[in-house]
Amino acid sequence: MNRIILSLVTLFCLSAPAFAGIDDRINNITKPIAAFIGSVVFFKIPLFGAELPLVVLWLVIGAVFFTVYMGFINLRGFGHAIKLVRGDYSDPNSSGEVSHFQALATAVSGTVGIGNIGGVAVAVTVGGAGATFWLIVAGILGMSTKFVECTLGVKYRLENEDGSVSGGPMYYLDKGFTELGMAGFGRFMGIFYAVGICIGALGIGNMFQSNQAYVQLNTVAGGALDGMGWLVGLILAGVVFAVIIGGIKSIARVTEKVVPFMAVFYCVFAIIVILMNFTAIPQAISNIFTGAFTGEGVAGGAIGALIIGFQRAVFSNEAGIGSASIAHSAVKTSEPVTEGYVSLLEPFIDTIVICTITALVIGTSQVMDPNFAGDATGVAMTSAAFERQFSWFPTPLAVAALLFAFSTMISWSYYGLKGWTYLFGEDAKTQMIYKVIFCVFVALGCMVQLGPILDISDALVFLICVPNILGLYFLAPIVKKEMLKYQAKLDSGEIKSFRN
Amino acid sequence: MSNTVLLAVDGSDGSHRATAHAIARAKLGGAKILLTYVIEWSAYSFNTPEENAERHKRREQEIAKATSSVVEPAAERLRGEGVEVETLVVHGPPAETLIRLAKEHDVAQIVIGRRGESGIKSLIFGSVAGNLIQTSPVPVVVVP
Repeated sequence: MNRIILSLVTLFCLSAPAFAGIDDRINNITKPIAAFIGSVVFFKIPLFGAELPLVVLWLVIGAVFFTVYMGFINLRGFGHAIKLVRGDYSDPNSSGEVSHFQALATAVSGTVGIGNIGGVAVAVTVGGAGATFWLIVAGILGMSTKFVECTLGVKYRLENEDGSVSGGPMYYLDKGFTELGMAGFGRFMGIFYAVGICIGALGIGNMFQSNQAYVQLNTVAGGALDGMGWLVGLILAGVVFAVIIGGIKSIARVTEKVVPFMAVFYCVFAIIVILMNFTAIPQAISNIFTGAFTGEGVAGGAIGALIIGFQRAVFSNEAGIGSASIAHSAVKTSEPVTEGYVSLLEPFIDTIVICTITALVIGTSQVMDPNFAGDATGVAMTSAAFERQFSWFPTPLAVAALLFAFSTMISWSYYGLKGWTYLFGEDAKTQMIYKVIFCVFVALGCMVQLGPILDISDALVFLICVPNILGLYFLAPIVKKEMLKYQAKLDSGEIKSFRN
Repeated sequence: MSNTVLLAVDGSDGSHRATAHAIARAKLGGAKILLTYVIEWSAYSFNTPEENAERHKRREQEIAKATSSVVEPAAERLRGEGVEVETLVVHGPPAETLIRLAKEHDVAQIVIGRRGESGIKSLIFGSVAGNLIQTSPVPVVVVP
């Protein structure tokens, strides 16, 4: 088996130069596909002169509903979430198991990706400064959706015979509906979701990441990598291959450790840039608020800004998509709802903190020099905003983007794989098929331009939120019961803090 | 305070010498020995999703390995000398965990071997013995 794969890879690499002109060809093939999938998933309804994709409405209504139904758990539960992550309620006797902190950190490293650097720039370009406001609102509401899906993820996870765990929407949809006496429907939903995440993982968690990493590298190299997408793609695919198939855990381990530092490094410098642009801060903030309600210069006005903001927020923090609940399921806790609390922090870190400061970096730069980025968008635009203050910044930013992209790809390879194993079983050989497909898509990601990639991955990711949120509505009463039971235990002192 | 001595082992030469010392101490005062192995682990590390999913399984394996390769042989040696012994294998940051156990089991003394980590490593990470001495609520014997 290994020998066959190895020879296939060698063959692929040797014939790589023949792929040099392939970028355009793949683009030509993917464009109509992207347009078709996009038109189905993003079926738009006209609204006050803007067009509102139904799925965005679907997610927003879901997030608002869960916020109200759970009694504003997104705001109420914040303090308790911090205590849980700090380990105040962790029994020392279960040390050595996955902690709340670890589950959160893993999930965050899956969501903090290029979207935080590049996606925000896309939002601001298309939706104006006001999109930032709606991005933050979407982040706050998304916290409630995460709460529900991650609680369910832990409650209905599968403990495999070998002691490992598998969890996520496919399992809670399947088992949850079975409990409600709708086993057939649950199985159907589980399969729907699993198929969706398998394919969606190849977009948002794969092609989009490798594409933006390539764009950023090329910018730093001054365009020296033009038309060399295939080469960068092959190298990236090779490294991902080494980790997920070669089992070279050391690469993954190093990345997992470096990424948090990169995130902190990124935030610190972003704040420094904002402070250096301090004269523009009031104007930038005012632009965000006025833009949010007037939508000046944005197609569809305020509604247009809102739609873009919400769309980018979901793309970044993944609330409603259910992917994070796969990562959160591994935590060791006797109270599933505790992981719901912890997961609240994920959209907070991802969208409210990191995306907002990125938006401010861009916003303040725009105030000072409206044309600072030229025609650049995505990561290149954010990079240009940093470059205004630190000429050397694009290089470390490229490294950060590459690492974010890489850790996101590793996480998503796991999410997609879990969908795959739900469908085809945990057998090592069938797992191998998915892993190989995943690597091929990493390479493909660098060969197509941003447009069609973004469209396809957006569409697929939004598609899987349909079964997920539908399931969340049905299962929300179960989560609420768990939440009330847990709160009662906290109040009565049955669950005590271990911190003296 | 109970007449219990907490003996921390890690399979190193230093911990063999610590075991010998603890045996002498136990025989002298008729003490019971709480034989402990702390598997170095932090709740605040960064892992891949796969590592997390397999964590429970790995934890069991780590405990089994520490028990069979280090703790049981040491316990045999203690029993052979006629000393009463209780064993524990736990995950955690070593010094902190030993202190928690010392409090929980109300021990009279902690005995550990010196690892003899030199220079830079102990400068950056500190040594277990060093941390323990600074923060332990009970006397600590570090056997060289």
